[in-house]
Amino acid sequence: MIKVQNITKHFGAFAALYGVDLEVQPGEFIALLGPSGSGKTTLLRIIAGLEFQDGGQVLFNDEDVSSRSVGERQVGFVFQHYALFRHMTVAENVAFGLSVRKGKNRPTKAAIRARAEELLRLVQLEGLGHRYPGQLSGGQRQRVALARALAIEPKLLLLDEPFGALDAKVRKDLRRWLKDLHTQMGLTSIFVTHDQEEALELADRVVVMDHGRIDQAGTPEQVYMEPATPFVSHFVGETNLLPGGLHVRPHDLEIVTDGGDPVVVDNLFRKGGFWRVEGKLAGSDTVIELDLDASLPPPALGTTIFIRPRRSKTFPQTGVSP
Amino acid sequence: MSSLATPFSVRKTSWRQPSVLPGFGLTFGFSLVWLTLIVLIPLATIFLKSAGMGWHGFVEVGFSHRAIAAYRLSFGTAAAAALINAVFGLLVAWVLVRYRFPGKRFVSALVDLPFALPTAVAGIALTALYAPRGWIGQYLEPLGVTVAFTPLGIIIALVFIGLPFVVRSVEPVLADLGRDVEEAAATLGANRIQTFSQVIFPAIAPALVTGFALAFARGVGEYGSVIFISGNMPGKTEIAPLLIVTQLEQYAYDGATAIATVMMVFSFVILFGLNAWQAAQRRRLGA
Amino acid sequence: MSRTASTTEGRTSQALLIAAAMIFLAFFLLLPLVAVFTEAFKQGIGAFGQAVMHPDAWAAIRLTLLIAAISVPLNVVFGVAASWAITKFHFPGRHLLITFIDLPFSVSPVVSGLIFVLLFGAHGLLGPWLAEHDIKIIFAVPGIVLATVFITFPFVARELIPLMQEQGKDDEEAAISLGANGWQTFWHVTLPNIRWGLLYGVLLCNARAMGEFGAVSVVSGHIRGETNTMPLHVEILYNEYDFVGAFAVASLLAALALVTLIAKSILEWRFDLHHGGAVH
Repeated sequence: MIKVQNITKHFGAFAALYGVDLEVQPGEFIALLGPSGSGKTTLLRIIAGLEFQDGGQVLFNDEDVSSRSVGERQVGFVFQHYALFRHMTVAENVAFGLSVRKGKNRPTKAAIRARAEELLRLVQLEGLGHRYPGQLSGGQRQRVALARALAIEPKLLLLDEPFGALDAKVRKDLRRWLKDLHTQMGLTSIFVTHDQEEALELADRVVVMDHGRIDQAGTPEQVYMEPATPFVSHFVGETNLLPGGLHVRPHDLEIVTDGGDPVVVDNLFRKGGFWRVEGKLAGSDTVIELDLDASLPPPALGTTIFIRPRRSKTFPQTGVSP
Repeated sequence: MSSLATPFSVRKTSWRQPSVLPGFGLTFGFSLVWLTLIVLIPLATIFLKSAGMGWHGFVEVGFSHRAIAAYRLSFGTAAAAALINAVFGLLVAWVLVRYRFPGKRFVSALVDLPFALPTAVAGIALTALYAPRGWIGQYLEPLGVTVAFTPLGIIIALVFIGLPFVVRSVEPVLADLGRDVEEAAATLGANRIQTFSQVIFPAIAPALVTGFALAFARGVGEYGSVIFISGNMPGKTEIAPLLIVTQLEQYAYDGATAIATVMMVFSFVILFGLNAWQAAQRRRLGA
Repeated sequence: MSRTASTTEGRTSQALLIAAAMIFLAFFLLLPLVAVFTEAFKQGIGAFGQAVMHPDAWAAIRLTLLIAAISVPLNVVFGVAASWAITKFHFPGRHLLITFIDLPFSVSPVVSGLIFVLLFGAHGLLGPWLAEHDIKIIFAVPGIVLATVFITFPFVARELIPLMQEQGKDDEEAAISLGANGWQTFWHVTLPNIRWGLLYGVLLCNARAMGEFGAVSVVSGHIRGETNTMPLHVEILYNEYDFVGAFAVASLLAALALVTLIAKSILEWRFDLHHGGAVH
């Protein structure tokens, strides 16, 4: 079990983390989700030992590893831009972690080679071991980086924006593949992302961060349906803010004929199985977005419709919406 | 009709890709003519004259005992100096890129001194330092180390001349080397020495080789900074460029030309080899 | 908690490496520079003044300035023209052209002088013809200019080509599309974009033009008061054991080198001109 207790971190005058607490159960797949500057990458790097906290502890299985170096923590880390060694072949990259071991901890050359081949098979790059990273596609490089991190048999796998540098199609395929791999291996994993869709799709638990604090940690369902703060409500999925402090998802709005708030429709387009209707609350600048069933005829542009939330959420007055 | 006045006259010059910008004819024509007059024709003269000597005549003066001794001295000292520069140039580049310390900007500017200081000035200054009664020489002499008027003095002058080639070749590559690669090595359990020798050094090695080759080529041809400190004894401390000058002063044009040809062919081979090697590296790594 | 990051060395190792680098630089770069000025003023400011004010020294200074005043502008014109052709147009042989422009860097200074002696010297290819028409090139100012132009040939072009390559040709194409003609585009769009890079090239070109020794030594003939540039004058004084005189004139050249370095550093910091790769 990984435990993070009351971690604080400053970079000069900038406070990156204020007293962050987090527990990760064995085998869990955790997403650290937040905008840039929220402290999610810093937290990941502190867990890895690439960065050192100003205060608080990092515990691996109840053992304080705060003073252990990154090499001693035995974590697999996958970097955003892969960080492959360009002058080494793919196989040499994967074998690196084993070949730098000292003395009797180092497996024989044959054993290292066999392990590298096995890992390349696992990441479906069999036969590409002799290539150089420069000769691979982005998705392939990412899988080499993963194989390299797995080679040291880490207790914990950390991934920093693992799909950030890939194009949309590759990203989707690789996402599904990584999810399967996690299910298959059961390795405790934490990944950082700013993409809420990615977090909701992959993670067992999503940790939403903002301004150096954890706003909410919960299952994708909880985070989406029961956001703990206005920030979470806005950052995870889309949210309309209606008068009276009501936070409503676009698909939780319906058109009604009696009562409801008047909205002037100014844009309309098809979004998958929905009509996305955009408009402004009559007499104000508040933008309203709603999704309507595409099998029904959409409202005409310029007309006024009346809307009512099917479900909504309010937050205590202290949490002023962004 | 000047091509400056007719920006759209691209149809006529179909051997280049069309462009809406004017001035190609003027600038290309002028550059080519000036290059031919100042560089290509004069350089061709030397090969022309060498060819006129016949193979026997050429070998006789170009590879005389004295000439061979001069080549060995020039190539040997240049290689030694370039090697010293590869080591210390890497150290200086590393310190300048990686660490913060007071006076760093001053040090960085100082590294370019050999590019800016006239070689003759460097020559007499180094001699003042390393002559037997010089600033440093007086302390070396009792130890039995004579620098001035020996090959060691030549090496010192060439270290001075060649240092910035290595530092300025390695610096940008070292600066561009991502921190994440080193972090990756650390997460995989490598210690700092393993990270340097297996990850950082291979990445900067091509730049180091480039710097070494440039310093070496420059050292072989260097004249001004060397002649004051070298002593200029034929067969012992007479470098090849000096031998050319000596031959010229004795109106031995064939000798001067033959030696110059050997040196030029040598530096072209180095630079050509370097370019070919760099291209092969890039292809191999798929970058 | 103060800990060393995983990607750097401990404080002690850092201090040791910095110290080693500084000691090396002090011995090989700083000390020679200090030696020049110390030796120049060894016998007081009077002796220094005398050496610098000597008519032969003055003649050398004037000649050096003249040589730079002729060869630097020639290289500026060539450098700008060549960079324009190479970076604004795509034509086969661009890389070959760049290689040719670089050639003088790979030729020994002595050989650079020799080629002009072989062309224009008394026994050279064109020697008899020149003698017939009473034109003196070798052992005269034109020869020194030619050798200097050759030696400094790549400086400006090498500075401008990467800079203009990086800037592309969008600005120029925009100007042309707005109705500017070629010269207007160059003066109002290109030149302002490249001025600092150009200045940088001029600076290095000038330092080399004033300081060149080997090539000039071969073609000058060492005629005191006539064909002696400052570096050659330093050599003559030194060989006559007039060390104070030699170092006095040398200190003027060293001062020029310092001014060049300072100006160059200012350009690098202020205008972020890269300058790792500019190794000449």
